Order: sequence, then structure tokens, then C-alpha cells
Amino acid sequence: MSPLLQFESVGKSFLGVEVLKAVSFDVGPGRVVGLVGENGAGKSTLMNLLGGNLRPDAGSMRFQGASYAPRHPRDARLAGIGFVHQELNLFPDLDLAENLFLADFPTRGPLIRRWELHGRAAALLQRVGLGLPPTTPVGRLSTGERQLLEIARALSFDAQLIILDEPTTSLSVPERERLFALVRQLRAEGRSLIYISHTLGEVLALADDVVVLRDGTVVGQGTAREFDPVRLVSLMVGRELKQLFPKPQSNGQADGTPWLEVRGLGQPGVVQDISFTLRRGEVLGISGLMGSGRTELARILFGLDPHATGTVTLAGKPLTGPPKERIRHGLALLTESRRDDGLCLEASVADNVALVTLGRHARSPLRLLSIAGLREALAKVRAAVRLQPRLTDQQPVQTLSGGNQQKVVLAKWLLAEPRVLLLDEPTRGIDVGAKAEIYQLIHELADRGAGVLVISSELEELTGLCDRLLVLNRGRITGEFSRDAFDSSAILRAALPT
Amino acid sequence: MATMTSGATGPRRVPSLIAAALRSEYLVLFLCALLFAGLAPFTPGLASTDNFLNLLGNLAPLLVVALGQTLVLIVGGIDLSVTSTIALTSVVGALVMNRDTGWLAGSPLAAPVAVVAMLGLGGLIGAGNGLAVTKLHMPPFMVTLTAMMFLSGFAIWLTQSKNVGNLPAAFTVLGSRPALALPIAASSAGLVHLLLERSLFGRWLRAVGFNARTAHVSGVPVDAVIIAAYIASGLLAAAASVLYTGRLETGSPVLGQRILLDVIGATVIGGTSLFGGKGRVLWTLFGVLFLTLLDNALNLLGLSHFTIMMVKGGVILLAALLDTARTRWLAA
Repeated sequence: MSPLLQFESVGKSFLGVEVLKAVSFDVGPGRVVGLVGENGAGKSTLMNLLGGNLRPDAGSMRFQGASYAPRHPRDARLAGIGFVHQELNLFPDLDLAENLFLADFPTRGPLIRRWELHGRAAALLQRVGLGLPPTTPVGRLSTGERQLLEIARALSFDAQLIILDEPTTSLSVPERERLFALVRQLRAEGRSLIYISHTLGEVLALADDVVVLRDGTVVGQGTAREFDPVRLVSLMVGRELKQLFPKPQSNGQADGTPWLEVRGLGQPGVVQDISFTLRRGEVLGISGLMGSGRTELARILFGLDPHATGTVTLAGKPLTGPPKERIRHGLALLTESRRDDGLCLEASVADNVALVTLGRHARSPLRLLSIAGLREALAKVRAAVRLQPRLTDQQPVQTLSGGNQQKVVLAKWLLAEPRVLLLDEPTRGIDVGAKAEIYQLIHELADRGAGVLVISSELEELTGLCDRLLVLNRGRITGEFSRDAFDSSAILRAALPT
Repeated sequence: MATMTSGATGPRRVPSLIAAALRSEYLVLFLCALLFAGLAPFTPGLASTDNFLNLLGNLAPLLVVALGQTLVLIVGGIDLSVTSTIALTSVVGALVMNRDTGWLAGSPLAAPVAVVAMLGLGGLIGAGNGLAVTKLHMPPFMVTLTAMMFLSGFAIWLTQSKNVGNLPAAFTVLGSRPALALPIAASSAGLVHLLLERSLFGRWLRAVGFNARTAHVSGVPVDAVIIAAYIASGLLAAAASVLYTGRLETGSPVLGQRILLDVIGATVIGGTSLFGGKGRVLWTLFGVLFLTLLDNALNLLGLSHFTIMMVKGGVILLAALLDTARTRWLAA
């Protein structure tokens, strides 16, 4: 059988830098192809070529046996290629049906045929297992449901090839399972999928074939059976990554001093009766499904959201007021979403890193800043977070890879020398190499006496990283595990709604 | 110098000199030079010393208002009330100090008290705008648009639509003598530049403009920064009013009514973003110079007010087009 899609020596450069070099691989009909690689390996560029957002400088593509050279995203749709994006492309204020048929509303003359619109939308929603009325506004959907909607959109024009870009990063376990079942169903219908993910276990479980990209070249391809996670990682990073998680070691600073004490914290409908103590030098994990209240807990602790009952103290002093008061007491928060409230994307590395601690370099009158002081602090912290030396201080952070962006957020907080760090999804959407570096950094912080609270939807990350683990379920703590008693199935049981 | 990388690709290759000019911060200054060189041969008196002084006299107050607008645009807002602030502070100042019926008529303190009252009122208006935007969570466009209507009406009501003349000479020299007006404008520009580029406030202002949520999480007093920006805008509008009123030697309730487009146009032509975060005093200076020069040349050419408006509208549109085009050409 001839392949559905073929990349033939595709190359692309930006300002003289080769981002893709002679990339060739096929996607067979009815196959799921897992595409993996570190951030910056060229996956996004390749998908942009496929989607008609960019044009290749060299080589060509063939789709369904014919030459395929899209000049516009519309061409991809007409050819039958659908994209489910990492940053979802939906209109939150429009309803499901409108989002599905935005590009080709069924019309009579200038008017939209509403009955036909809703009928067709309902049928499509049924196919992806989204049992909601077509008039629901998209703004009310969870991330997982939005993803299903995007898949429904691809099916609306009978896409033969569907690209899933990091589809599971923000999904809960049941949502994930539902997505996987849908992927298998689409494959059974004879459609092909390209599945891009950093979660290698998923790729291996789901994909028929695997393609590994590194620095713009294909460094490995074959059927999924030929790969295992260790081999994938070493292909992706081009070296043996000996250990993802730093070895747990006896921590000289962990003297049991309570740093962050939370007592009876509650907010109706969000969290209830939360009590725990985070000690000096401890890495405490919080596990829980989406909507379990884990992000909300971090926001309450940091003063971003209100709470009705309970107290929070840091090193014995009560924490109240807005974030700036809590920062002064030694609290730091790395937020769930770098783009939304972690970084000023258009501002430079230097300005982002300095933001929290600017006041220390200001002198009266006029609170003018000491440029030398700022530069010195930046140089020091750049080394501490291992920010790649080729990145300049004046580069806007939006041009950085996810891993480097996260390092910038961490650098910003490290300069404040916090006693307690709240890290909400510290490695979301970043590549394996950067992940390992951030894990290392977290341990260094704990070694120097900080208390670190890590919130993550990746259980493997929490069990690898933490000394102790709390499980949140519908706003309550339903389990506590110490490192020697980590048991994935028990933790999952505590997290699942009963 | 412009060293385009050999691998530079794109549908069109921009010649390197033009590319360098387009990429430069001084683009608008180059455009000013082009405008001047292009119009000077046809425009009688454009290059004369008298006209230069006139040009600078026009530039000084406009620059002062535009400085405030720059601060507010950087923080992600907009201040449409500046022209009414100019009008209201103008008549209030005049009512305090005019030599016939003024509150302090004849007193040697009349002029300084009037100036303080004008600045105080400007700051107060700014504070009101800032509080409405931050504490009541109202859109800056609506807040300052309604403030513009209210203050403008209030200024006319206060004077029953009459001008208030006969102001003390100690006051009018501030605006009418270039040797005083220019240093006032220049020192305002210098101060705002220093604040923006070197101070804590400037960094906070940009951070809030880029992403207020990130700024809040990072411990920046977001509301205070926004309010400060509006206060500064009100203060600077009042300072501009001192210059305009002095130049006119009259407190006028319709002072500055026609310059709103110039203020926002000049700031945006200079390169300050309407979406927050980006903006510099130097850019605004160039934008103000550009519009003042254009206005001046068209006046000298003897065009009617309406023609001048049409040409100015067209030129501002062209400048906006050029800005979009350069972003696209220089991308990738």
C-alpha cells in the first residue's frame, strides 16, 4: 500500500540557520506515527510546513499520491489534513457548532441554516464522545473537551490525516483514556495520525511507528516495537541521559524545622480542611486530577485567591495580604502557565529575571536602578539555572524554548532567595534534557534549606522527585505517602473520585 | 551597519540600506528629514530662523502632553481626557490669577498659585481616571472618554463659554518665551526618560503593560503603578496647559480641543504600542517632531484647515502602514 503522506528531503532555514535538514519519512494509511524530539528539534516547523503556514526551502511533500505544496492553512484543510494544536485554536465566546463550522457554515444564500448546522454538529460531537448540546459556549469546556472538539472539527471535513500536538499535557487521567480510545477508533476507520508528545510512554503505547527528530534531522525511525523509553531518550538528546531524577541523598539542611504550616484551610467549592506542614529542606509533592484543587491551593497560599477559613504561616509568621507581602516573607510561586502569568513574553530575559527583585537595586531619589547591580545579579543567576550561554540577556523570552522560558521563571524567583517555593507544573511542555536540569535545581534548592512544594499531573515526576506526597481529591487531602511507601496504584486510588 | 545574513530569505529581499533604516529606532527622525528636505524647496519660509522658533514653540507643549500619553500607553491604557484637562486647567488657572476678577488678582503670588492649582487639578483628574480604571475595573477607553466629555463641558460651564484674558505677565512668559518654554519641555522629557529607562517605576510600568497578571504574581503593586501613570499624564497635560495658556495669554475653555489626534498620533507614529509595554521618550519626541513639522509646512503652503486635516490623517495612516510593513518585512 502506498503511503498517505511522504516527506521527501524537506529542508527549511530561518536567517541562515537550518532548522530542518533533509527530513524524509512516510506516514502509512491507518497508522499512528509518534513524532518525538526535544524542543527546538524541528517538530513544530515540520508541522507548520504540513499546515501551510511555512513553505519548505528544499525537498517536497506528497499526500495521497499527489504532490502537496500548501500555500495557506486552507490548502491543508482542503487536502484533508486536520490539526489539533498545543495552543488550542478555538473561540471561547462562540458555541460548539459555530466553532466546528466556522470555515464553512452550511448556508442558504447569505443566511446560516441553523437546523442543519446543529444537526451536523451534534452528529460530530457524538462521534468524538462529547455529549454536549451544540449550543454550549466553548468557554465552558475543559481543556480535554476542547481537544475532542478540535478532533471533531477535523472530522467535519473528513480529514484523512490528523495531527495531535502535545495533546495530553493538561488532561486528567480519564480524559487521557478517552482521547486514547478515540485515537484508536480513528485509526480503525482507516485514518492516520501524527502524535507529537514528550510523554514517551504514551507514544510507545499508542503509536505504530516512531520518528525521532534531533537538530532538524531524523535520527531514528521504525515501528514502535523497536524502541523503548531509554533508547528514545538517548536518541532525542544524542547522549546517554544517565538519570532523569537526582539521587535522593541525606540532606544536611533537613532538620525538621517547619517552614510552611497550613492549618484548616478552606474555601467553599474549592478546597476544604487542608492541613499540612512543609519542612526545611523538604520536597513535598501534591498529586491530584485536574479540578482537584491543586492549582487553586497554590493560588490561595500565594494570596492570589481568597480563602474563607484556616491559617498559613511561614517560619512561624502568619502569611496574609497580596503576593508582594508574601514574597517579602520568602514565598515564591511558579505558576501553572508561563504564558499567562509567569512571564512577560515580549520583554527581555534580563527584564523578566529582574522583575521580582528590582526593588533591591533601586536607590532614592527617583528610585533609580543600579544597572551594574542588575547585571551582576543576572549573571549569577544565569549560571545557577544553567541558562544556555548562546541566549542573550536582551532576547525577548518569547523566542526561547519552553525549557529555557521555565528557567527564566525559576531564575526570577531564585534571586528573591525564597524560603518556600510553590512550583505548579514545573516541567509542563518542556523537553527531557531541560526537565532533568530543573529536577536537579529543585534538589539543590532543598539542599540549601528551601522547602519546595511541587504540584504535578505526572505521577512519575512526583515519585522521582519528592520526599513526601499528598494526594488531593475534590479539594480534600485523601492520602499521604512518604518516599519509602510510594505506591503508584495506591496514590491513583486516592486521587480518583469514588 | 546592515549586514543581512547571506541566508536571508523571504518573498522580497529588502535592500540593505533601506532595511537598516527600517530597523532603526531613528526611522521617524529620518522621515522628518525626508519631509523637510522634500518640502523646503516648495515651501516659502520653512527653513527660516523665525519658522524654526515657531516650530519649536509648537513642539514644546505638544511634546509635554505626549509624554504623559506615552506613559499611559506603555502601561496598557489610553488617556483621551488630556485635551479636556488642558482646557479645564487653563480656565481654572486663569480664574485664579486674571487681573480683573481673579481670586488672587493683583497679588504677586497669583501666578505661582495658579500654576500649582493647575498642576494639582491635572494630577487629581489623573488620579480619578486611574482609580476608576484600577479599583472599579472599568475600561480606560470609557473612563477617559467620559472624563473628556465631562471636563470639557465643565470648563465651558465654568466660564460661560468665555475666554478669560488679562493674565499676569509673570505667568504668560512661561509659554510665550521660547527660552522658558523649551527648557520646561526639555526637562519634562528628560525626567520622563530617566524614569522610564532607569527607574524602578519605569520597569514596573513596562511589566504591567506587557502582562499585568505576571507583574502581580511577581509582587509588582500593579494598581499603584497604573494610577501613577494616569496621575503623571494629568500632571503633564496641566504642564502643557501652562505653556499653551501662556502662549495664548488667555484661559480658554476650548483650549487643546483639536490636538487629541496629534497627541495620540504622534505617540503611536513614534512607535509606542497601543497594546502596552513598548514605548520610549525618544520615539515620542520624533513622532511629535514629525507631526509638528508636517502641520507647519502645510500651514506655510497656505492650505485650508480642512485640507491640512485630510493630509494629516492620510500621513498618519501611511506611517501606521509603514510600521506594519516593516514588522512584516523584518520578521523571520
